[in-house]
Formats: sequence, structure tokens, C-alpha cells
Amino acid sequence: MGMRTELASPSGAAGAGTPVAQAGAAGAADTGAGFPDGGLRRFLGLLRPAGPRLALAVLASVVAELSALGLMATAAWVLARAAQRPPVEAITLAVVSVRAFALARGGFRYVERLLSHDAALRALADLRVRVFRALAGRTSGGPRGPEALSRLVADAEAVQDLVLRCIVPGAVGLVASLAAVAVAAALLPAAGLVLALGLLLVGAVAPALTAWTTARHARRAAPIRDRLAVQHADLLHGAADLAVSGATDAALAAAGRTAADAARLERRAGALAATWSAVGVAVQGLVTVGVTALALHAASQGRIDRPLVAVLALVALVAFEPVAPLTNAARHAVELREAARRVLATLDLGESEPEPEPESEPERPAGSAVPDGPPPPAIELEGVRVRYAGRPSLALDVSLRLEPGRRTVLVGASGAGKSTLVATLLRLVEPEAGRVLVGGRDLGGYPEAELRRTVGAVTQDAHVFHVTLRENLLLAKPSATEAELREACRAAGLLDWIDTLADGLDTPAGENGARLSGGQRRRLALARVLLADPPVLLLDEPTEGLPADVADALLADALAAAAGRTTLLVTHRLAGLDPADEVIVLDSGRVAERGPHAELSAGSGRYAELVREAGNAEGPSGGTAERAARERPGEPLEARL
Amino acid sequence: MRPDERRLLRHLPGARGHLAGSALAAAAGTALVLLQAELLAGIISGGVVHGDGARAQLVPLLLLAGVLVARAVVVRVRQAASHRAAARLKETLRGEVLAHTQRLGPGRLASRRTGEVVTALGRGADALDPYLTGYLPTLFAAALLPLCVLLRIAFADAASGLTVALTLPLVPLFGVLIGLHTRAAARRQWGLLARLGGHFLDVLTGLPTLRVFGRARAQAEFVAEAADAHRAVTVRVLRTAFLSALVLELVASFSVALVAVPIGIRLLDGSMDLRTGMLVLLLAPEAYLPLRAAGSRFHEAVEGIAVARRLFTLLDEPEPAPVEAPVVPLPSGAPALRLSDVVVRYPGRAVSALAGLDLSVEPGERVALIGPSGAGKSTILAVLLGLVAPSGGTVRIGDTDLAALDLAHWRGRLAWLPQRPHLFDGSVADNIRLGLPDATDEQVRDAASQAGADAFVTALPDGYDARLGDRGADLSGGQRQRLALARVFLRCATTDVGLLLLDEPGAHLDHDTETTMLDALRALMPGRTVLVVTHRPSTLAHVDRTVRIESGRATSGEPAGVPQWA
Repeated sequence: MGMRTELASPSGAAGAGTPVAQAGAAGAADTGAGFPDGGLRRFLGLLRPAGPRLALAVLASVVAELSALGLMATAAWVLARAAQRPPVEAITLAVVSVRAFALARGGFRYVERLLSHDAALRALADLRVRVFRALAGRTSGGPRGPEALSRLVADAEAVQDLVLRCIVPGAVGLVASLAAVAVAAALLPAAGLVLALGLLLVGAVAPALTAWTTARHARRAAPIRDRLAVQHADLLHGAADLAVSGATDAALAAAGRTAADAARLERRAGALAATWSAVGVAVQGLVTVGVTALALHAASQGRIDRPLVAVLALVALVAFEPVAPLTNAARHAVELREAARRVLATLDLGESEPEPEPESEPERPAGSAVPDGPPPPAIELEGVRVRYAGRPSLALDVSLRLEPGRRTVLVGASGAGKSTLVATLLRLVEPEAGRVLVGGRDLGGYPEAELRRTVGAVTQDAHVFHVTLRENLLLAKPSATEAELREACRAAGLLDWIDTLADGLDTPAGENGARLSGGQRRRLALARVLLADPPVLLLDEPTEGLPADVADALLADALAAAAGRTTLLVTHRLAGLDPADEVIVLDSGRVAERGPHAELSAGSGRYAELVREAGNAEGPSGGTAERAARERPGEPLEARL
Repeated sequence: MRPDERRLLRHLPGARGHLAGSALAAAAGTALVLLQAELLAGIISGGVVHGDGARAQLVPLLLLAGVLVARAVVVRVRQAASHRAAARLKETLRGEVLAHTQRLGPGRLASRRTGEVVTALGRGADALDPYLTGYLPTLFAAALLPLCVLLRIAFADAASGLTVALTLPLVPLFGVLIGLHTRAAARRQWGLLARLGGHFLDVLTGLPTLRVFGRARAQAEFVAEAADAHRAVTVRVLRTAFLSALVLELVASFSVALVAVPIGIRLLDGSMDLRTGMLVLLLAPEAYLPLRAAGSRFHEAVEGIAVARRLFTLLDEPEPAPVEAPVVPLPSGAPALRLSDVVVRYPGRAVSALAGLDLSVEPGERVALIGPSGAGKSTILAVLLGLVAPSGGTVRIGDTDLAALDLAHWRGRLAWLPQRPHLFDGSVADNIRLGLPDATDEQVRDAASQAGADAFVTALPDGYDARLGDRGADLSGGQRQRLALARVFLRCATTDVGLLLLDEPGAHLDHDTETTMLDALRALMPGRTVLVVTHRPSTLAHVDRTVRIESGRATSGEPAGVPQWA
């Protein structure tokens, strides 16, 4: 297939498991630099709500670790002391301690696990909301669906891992090591020194080396894993295109080569990780031998009691248990660093946005075809110019006035600026010059809630959520009554179909509205906006992609429902526009023509030409109402091919 | 080992060798643990009882150091091998699943959520690592070490041996309890996570809509609720899961106390020597350690096994039987199409997509398929493309049954303009020469010009080298369609294309662009059989005949209004 395979931007696909796997998924490729200054601190700051629970978890874990140490050390002392055949009272206290330590170890471990998991999950829940708010606060752009999903699920989960695998073990390792060294040094200073050295090597040096190698491999693996994710997605989403073009085998082979590259890197990273583990084991062993030798020497010289030889040997052996997980903790910390960086970048997106004010309910009764509220406002665009970043030409350059309560149709070629005009009126796009007045007030001065109440829209990307029809509608007006819901559905031409459904309005819409036909989805979106009952209504190509007959019926219903509102209807279809008060033809961002449908189509301009062409071609098609009825309710869509 | 795990290992190349190596490493590890305890007990006893200095115990100390270094070597070898195996397993599994999805065909693929498969192959497959690098090695140690340690303890001191023998079975018992718990919990959690993820994707996809209704904030609260519900469920599961772990820990640590205290008493009365006592104390925890480790490693590996099961479910979907037909060379030129009584039923759908469709198209004839969406028009094209196998009826290309044709050969003879063409990760040029890697740059450029794509492609920052696909340039619907059209032109220019299958050409385009596109397509029609699915009246002007498809059947054939170019 010969696709280019250069470096890709960071992938959202996340991994877990081997060093390469997870860190590789992180997008190290784009920066090469690690954390922004103070980034880790900021990320840790996200844990503040979980702080007290976290401190308790660390405390419980330290107690559990020290109990394990105490269990073996006192048990060894009991045995060694008993071998000297003292009276039984000499070991009674120690025997009690052995049992107490045994109990404490299990109990505190349980407490620690619960506390740390709870803290981690709280931090995770908190972060998920923050990430969503940050993305929700953006008015445009932002990551696409799958990437955002992986950001939430995988990157936010990094917080959980950070708590459970890095912070708690790190803190526990430090405190427990200090305690073990203190015990050993109190018994025999030289032994304490050797133990401290060994713990430093295993608990600090080996983790640092691991972190270094992990980061290095992550940098190398990131582009490969990214490429792999893209190739997987291409193979799955483009399967039909590949099969028909005979390019499947080439694409599979390309993905196979990438997978082999990834595997090669993973093997190398695995070998290094194994080496550091082995070094840890060796150091632990040699320290045990060293401490034991020192203890033997001291005991033979009478500097310590002989039973302490057993205690010191066991302390040395057991003291490494709390630091053993630190190598993995370091690896995870590196892996999580990239995820943390991306999470912080996402949160930064939201910070530039002002906090939207609380949304209040519209006070007016809603759902009727004709708004009973304040009279519809006029819309004026005065020298409005919109330019998209990086584009030389203006996307929009218009001055026009839409009269209150009039229904205006906007037509024009793709790229003529129709959707840009809609986005401008929705304040989703900022004009670089000029101003937009709605009801005589500058659009920019509208509080968010009032703007949304005033200007309603069925946009091209109007989304049907994976909930019931009712919940989809209630989005527009949570307090709507059953009667209002039904009235909105009736006005949108959806009620008859809904009444045929066993669950009526409580029927699930399916993923992306998959249980609805294309026409039903548009009608649901229309019903939703009618429920909100805005005085200004924007309809951006509500019939696009629908069969002609379905489109005609929908258009007629939409225009009827829009009566009495200041309406702007963007469309490609030129049939059934008679009810509209005016037509505006947009070309390259400018108004090319405007006037009533009848007048323009009778003239000799661009619009008249379009209408005639469309009219000629319509020839053989039959009655629209009868055709619309053929679109069967609930009929499953055919497989997307 | 459960069936899923056994099956997982079957996908690991050289699994037998890997398992043998793991067993060997476990055996070596066990021997070294026993030796280490033996030596250390001797050294301690020498120091405590006889007052030996380091010099007196020099040889045992050096031996002990040697044993410990040997343990490190075993760790190195075993871990590196398991990482190698994990990398190999993932590579194989990814390849097999991907290849299987391609053989299943896009018709079947569409019925499941491709996003889920991508996740399972990426992040999901990585969850297999803990299984191979953590769980499996500990499993071998767990099978060998406790038994050997128990035998050694019993040999040294029967009473201690009895204590260990009685408490040891409690560990796997609780281990199984944990296992069952975590297994169920992981299954629930994966489902919940997926649901939460699905909810989130849904909400994010709908963000523009939420914004228009001023509801983004309200949804944030819903996300908070979902996340908190997730936490609550997880903690509830963990409380019980950890309770079993608590019992397990208590058994392990308390049995050390149970062993140590009686030994202390017997040391007091001189009925046992310190060396034996120390040996038992040092070995007792080792008996429980690998069992507990296996339990917690299993906990980590559960997600991987769950992912494996999902991948296996996909692999288990039966592939269409491969056609072993000899390549029947089709006569060159425009073929005739004869579909009779064709039935297609998509899995999980109550209604047949095609219910006894009859359609006959003469060589060189241009036929438009019209009708409501969902009537089966695209399915007809899918059948002809060999993407969907009909469950009834016959499809003949000329005189040859499509089922007996070599698909690659047949597909080489047609060009398809899909309704939603997929743009692949790669350059514009590579996307146009999809499946025709040998096409020259000039041919690509020509095809693009004919499709009306040259102008906007050259306007892209990198022109024909501009990167497309998910992470590439953002193209409008019309531009994507024109690139797909360029593919069709290139195919027609470089290979012997006799059939054009056009799925809603010009859909999502404005009138002018559509007209340009149809004009371009018209140039390709002479000498080829054409089947075009359309909703657009303007397209109908270019065909000989219109066939209305409804409910998976052809209801009527009408001659086209005005055959303008006939």
C-alpha cells in the first residue's frame, strides 16, 4: 500500500503493562522534553482532596511493614535466646510480641489497601470531571472522540496508578527503610551502615536506573506504538476500501512489521528491566551476608549479645521487602509522567475559558409551534468578517439583516460560508471584525444562558445521545412536561412514530442514535430544539443525506414549526421552499443574491438557474407524503459500507 | 489452568519451550532457596551457640553469597524470557486478530464496535503482560516451592511440618476465593469502564450539541455521578476481595508464629538444636510466599485474561469459507450482472436486508438504484463487491457464479466509489494509489485532475505529500469524495475495469460540486456496466434505467426520463 510511515503525533491509544507498552503509548515524540516546570507538583496537587486518606494509608502500610520486620526479628531472637537455655520468663514477652506482630501485619495491610484504593479512586473521579469540564469549556476544536476517550479512561487512570503504585510504596519504602536502619544501627552501627547502603542501592539507585531506561525506551517506542494504533484503526475502519482495492494484505503486512518493531523494543526494555531486578536481588543477598558477617564478628568479640546475630541477619533479609516494589514504582512514575503531562495540557485548555454561569430554566411555557414568549428579535450582521486560522481568504464577509419572525433560506456552494454564518450566530466562532446584533444587542454581550435560550439550532453535527428519546429531548428543557414533549414531537413530525413504539418516549436511541433512521434522527433534533422554544432558530442542512422524499417532508415540517421565529434555514434542497419569506444566496463568504423565493426564481440570476435545474430533475418522483410514509419506523439501518 | 489460559498459550509461539524454561527456573529457584536457608541457619547457629566469628564461618558465608548471586542470575534469565514471550504473544495475537477481522469482512465488522476492537488490540493486549511476566512464572514457583519447603521442614521437625501442612492448604483455598471474586469483579469493572467510556465518548461527541443547549455543565455533573458510582462499586468489590486477602495474610504470618513459639519452648528444654530451629523459621515464610504472590499476580493478570477472552470471541466468529475456485478469467469488457432471488440477512437483524432480490443488468447498461434508506441498495453493492455473502439466491457475473470467482480477480475488474470513503494514514498520493502501489506520480496526478481534486490538493501545504487520515489534514466531505473519485479514475486508467459501482456519488456535496463530479463520472461510463445508488434526481439523468428498491426487493424498473448522452 506504500503508506508513509513517518513520525506521528502522540497517540491517545494507551497501554499498560511492560515499560514500553505503557510509556510507549505516551506521546513522547512531540516534545522530547519531560514535564513542564512544576508539572509533577501540579499533578500531585490534583491529589489534594485525597490527601488525608493517603497519609493514613501510608501510615497503615508502614505499620504493616514494620510488623513484618518485627515478626521475623523477634521470632529469631526468641529462638536464639532460647538456645542459650535461659529461664522461660526471659522469652515470654518476646513470644507475646511475635503473636502481636503477626496479627498487626495482616490487619494493617487490609486497612492500608482499602484506604489507598479509596483515595486513588476519589482522585480519579475528581480528575475525570475536571478533564470533562476542561473539554466542555472549549468552544471549538479539541481532541476528537477516540482520543478524548482514551485521555479520560487511560490518562486519568494514571492518577490511580500514581497513588497505588508510586506514592504509597515510595513513602512506605522511605519510612520503613529508615526504621530498619535505625534498628540495625542501634544494635550494631556498622551493620546499620551496610544495610543503609544496600537499601539506598536497591531503593534509590536501581529505581533511578529503571526510570532512565524506561524513559529512553518510551521515547523510542512512542512513534511505533502510535503508528500501530493508526494502522489498526485504518484496517478496521477502512476494511471495505482495502478489500475492494486488493490492498488488505499489504496493509496487514505493514501492521505486522510495526508490531514486530514494537515487540523488538519491548524485548529490549524487558531485558534491561530484568537486569535491574537481578541487581537488586544480588545486592540484597550480599548485604545480608555482609551484615551477618559483621554481626558474627561483633558477637565473637563480645560487643553484642550472641542472639543478636540472628536478629541482625533476619532484619537485613526482611528490610528489603518494602523497597523491592520501588523499581516498579519508578517505572510506573515515568510511564505516568506522559499521561500526567497530557492531562495537565487538557486541563489547561479549559482554564482559558471563563466558567460558564449557571444555567437557568427558561420561564416561558414551551413546546408550542408558535412561541408565546417575547417577540422574536431581528438579527443584524454589520460588516462581519470571519477568518479561520491559517487560511488566507475570509470565510465570511457579510452585512445583512434578518427581520424578526421571518424565515430566511440560506443557499450556496459548499465552502460558501453557510455553516460559518450559523456558527457565528451561535457564538461558536469569533468574527475578526464587525458585530452581530440580536434584538439590537451585541451578541458578545449576551450572557451564555440567555444566548442559548434565545438562539436555538439544529446543527449539522446535532448529536443523538445513547440514552432514551425522552432524555435526548429533555436536554433542551429538563423541566418539560409530558404534554410539552409530545407537542414538540408532534411539531417535528415524530409523534406518530413514537406512538407505535412499545416503550414510546422511553425507547433507547442507541449509540449515535443507531436505532433511528436518518430522517428520524433529524426529526428528533428538530423536536429537541422546538422543545427549547427559542425565538431565533437556526437549521443547518436538516435534510442533508436524506432521500429526496423524506427530505421534502422534513423540510415542510421544519418550516411550519419555524413559523413565528426569526429563522435561518441552510439547505441544498431547493424544493418546498415556498413558505420561506426570503432566500439568500451566499458565494465565497459574500451575499450574492437575496429576495423572496418566488421573485428570485422568476428572475434570471444564479438562484433561478439552480431552481430550474432541480425542477427538471425532479420529474419522475411521486408524491412526497406517500414516499415519506415508506420510511418505516425503527427499521434498522443497513451495515455501513 | 483454565481453558482461556491454555488457549492463550497456544497462541504463543514456542510456548512449550517457554513453559519448560519457566519450570526449570522455578526448580533452580527452589533449590537455591533451600540452600540459602540451610547455610544461613548454620551460620547463625554457629555464631549464637559456638560464638564463631566471621572467619570461622568464612566458607559458609562465601557459599551463601554465591547462592544469593545465583538467585539473582535466575531472576535475570527468567524475567527476560518472560518479557520476550509477552512481546511475542502480543505480536502474534495482534496479527491473528487483525487478519481474522479482514477475513470476516466489513459487513460483519460493522456489526460490532470497531473502536472496541482497536482498544482491545492496543491497550487491551498490553494487559496480557502481567499474565506472562508476573502470574505465569509465580504459578510454577507456587506449584514447586511450597511442597519442597514443606518436605524439608517436616524432615527437620515433624511437628512444625504438621503445622505448615495444616495451614498451607488454607492459602490456595482463600486464593481461589479471591480469584473468583476478582474475576467477577474484573468482568463487572471492565463492563462498567467500557460503559463509562462509551458514555464519555457519547457526551464528548455530543459536546457541540450540549453547548448549543447550554447543557455542557449539567453533563459534567453527570460525568461526576458516573465516576463516583464507579468508585463506590469498585470499593465495595474491593472490601470483600481484600477481606479474603486479609485472612490469607493472617494465615501466612500467624503460622510463622505458630511454628516459632513451640520451637522456642523446645530449644529451652534442649530437645532441639538451634540450627534446626533457625532452618524451620527461615523456611516457613517461604512456603506461603509464592502462593500469596500467585494470588496477587493473578489479580493483576485478570484483566489480561478478560481481554484475551474478548479477542477469542472475535476469533471464534466463523469466517466465510474460503473459495478454492480456480481463477476463471472473466472476459474483458463490461460484464452482465444477474442477481436472482438474492437473500442477505445481517446477524442480529430481524429483517432481511435483501429478501429475494432479482436484478438483471446488461453489459454496458447504466442502472440507478433508488428507494428509501435501509431498503437494501448499499447491500446490493456489497454483495457484488464480495463484501457480503448472500445466504440465498445466485449472483452471476456474465455466466459465472460470483461465489466461484476468485474475489481478488473479480475486484480487480471493478471500481467502487463508497458512500463514506476511508482516508488512510499516509499521503494524498498514497491514498489515491490505494491497491495500485505501482501507479506513477503522473498517473496519480492525472486521476486527481479528472476527479477535480488537483486544485485543492496542490493548495494543501505539502500538496500530494500532505498527510491524511485520522491524524492528517482535515478535508471536507466533498474533498474526501473527490479523492475517492480519483481512486476510481486511477483504477480505470491503469486496470481493466468493466464495472462501476457508485454509492451515492455527490451526496454531502452542494449542487455545483455534485455537477462537476457527475460530469467527471460520466466520462468513465462508456464501455462499462454502471450501477449507481442515488437519492439525487440529477444523477438519474445519466442512466438508462431506474430500479426502485424497497424492503430488499426490486419493486419496479423505469426507463430513465431523458437519456441525455445515449
